[in-house]
Amino acid sequence: MSISNKTAIVGVGATPYYRRGESHPQTMNEMGCKAIIAAVQDAGLNVRDINGFAYYSGGFDTPALMETLGIPEVRYSAMVTSGGGGSVGAVGLAASAIVAGMADTMVVVFCMQQPAGKRYGSIMSRVEPTPDKAFYTSSGLVGPGHFFAMLARRHMHLYGTRREAFAEVAMSGRLNAMTRPEARFRTELTLEEYFKAPMIADPLCRYDFCLENDIAIAVVLTSAERARDLRQKPVYVMAAEHGGRREWGRAIASMNMPEAYFASGGHASVAQHLYRDAGITPADVDVAEIYDHFSPMVVMQLEDYGFCERGEGGAFVEAGNIRYRGGSIPVNTHGGNLSEAYAVGMTHLREAVEQMRGTAVNQVDGAEIALVTGGPASLPVSGLLLRR
Amino acid sequence: MTEPVLVSKAPPDSLFELATDQWTEPYWQAAREHRLVWPTCTACGAARELGAPFCHHCLSQDIAWKPLSGRGTLYSYTVVRFPLIEAMNDCVPYVPAVVELEGAGGHRLISNVVGAPLDALRVGAAVEVSWHDRADGVTVARFVLAE
Ligand SMILES: [Zn+2]
Ligand SMILES: [Zn+2]
Repeated sequence: MSISNKTAIVGVGATPYYRRGESHPQTMNEMGCKAIIAAVQDAGLNVRDINGFAYYSGGFDTPALMETLGIPEVRYSAMVTSGGGGSVGAVGLAASAIVAGMADTMVVVFCMQQPAGKRYGSIMSRVEPTPDKAFYTSSGLVGPGHFFAMLARRHMHLYGTRREAFAEVAMSGRLNAMTRPEARFRTELTLEEYFKAPMIADPLCRYDFCLENDIAIAVVLTSAERARDLRQKPVYVMAAEHGGRREWGRAIASMNMPEAYFASGGHASVAQHLYRDAGITPADVDVAEIYDHFSPMVVMQLEDYGFCERGEGGAFVEAGNIRYRGGSIPVNTHGGNLSEAYAVGMTHLREAVEQMRGTAVNQVDGAEIALVTGGPASLPVSGLLLRR
Repeated sequence: MTEPVLVSKAPPDSLFELATDQWTEPYWQAAREHRLVWPTCTACGAARELGAPFCHHCLSQDIAWKPLSGRGTLYSYTVVRFPLIEAMNDCVPYVPAVVELEGAGGHRLISNVVGAPLDALRVGAAVEVSWHDRADGVTVARFVLAE
């Protein structure tokens, strides 16, 4: 049984995009509910229609959402394990529950709220000491960027990838953010500015790192049949996949990936299943929202998803292929995590839905199929294909 | 503008508190004796994942701790230049590194390269172990560039 085209995203809702820590004194539950109410209204549904939840990266307390919103009964509540890698896998979870008849109207909701005064970028400096973490905490690996810098360095070593490619990911995203009202950074980023920026963890400079902010976003899914009668043009779930190969495994938490995986985004197997299930090839994808917590990981995911050969991501990007204007595959048309905002994958999903509705700020002409990816991290990682 | 050649420091001890279990304790015990060891499966002979309770090839739990030469190659590294937290202020630049260990069946250790001029660092460079004895009795394996 395939889930292909049997469900659709029918509503999207979001809170404002706050700067890091500025969403307080709202609680995460309050912000999540605001996003859900907005998504349900967008769809032309009622919160009481919701009878299932799908989450990732810690998720939400389902009864708290039910009590807050007055949802009478829930029939499905599940979470994709691990972190932001599973972001769009949660959409697949929701779709599969609907196709299996286990729920009718599913919500995927995520809230990112920074603790006041603590930086997300130093998250590893406050983990509980455990035997398996000893090897990286003893080495002063304090933030995710420290780990991904080592994957980037290996990619540069193996394939001759240049920092100019990472710069292009940042600059092209920034160009897209300039026209997006929600975007946190809306002034052009030049190559000169990129190279003048302080190095955080060589070869990653400030512009290679994603932003930190507070946001909640929710999407509502229902059956394709029911979606046709609702307010918005349905955005069909063409294929969704979460998982990955053991060779990638804990990825940055172990750093023992074999050569073919180390300098990659860990998505190659997910990409294969995704295209096979959808019956398409990379050439059929019109717009790609690629999880960009760190710019080099966009280069590596473009290889994983077959937009270019392994090792050619740097040259592919430098040739202008990911640009909204003139690119062969426009990437992060909303500005992405590097320039618009960071919501652990949900801003990419929101943008893909807008692209498929034909309402995006940087609308790709005639776009019919969108790819969205979850962030390279410990498995599972995830990929999603949406179609109009 | 020429940058003076910087030498890599070491991350602050305060970031790390050791926790062990029966699958990692022998590694840390050997480190106190300045011996670098690696877990080997005595059933099938494969090099084990450090910290795993089973051999993932044959699922045996039988384990032996094989002494390594302490030599390795720099598989990848980063130069941390910006202190994300206050504890790092006096410690940058330091160099987290992934070191492929000689004799460990392709396994790697996440560690640091210390005392190295930053412009001498290269992927593939030969490194050798250098022990850091802490005041709390914990010893951490770090690496220096080999001659
Ligand atoms: Zn009331
Ligand atoms: Zn074995």
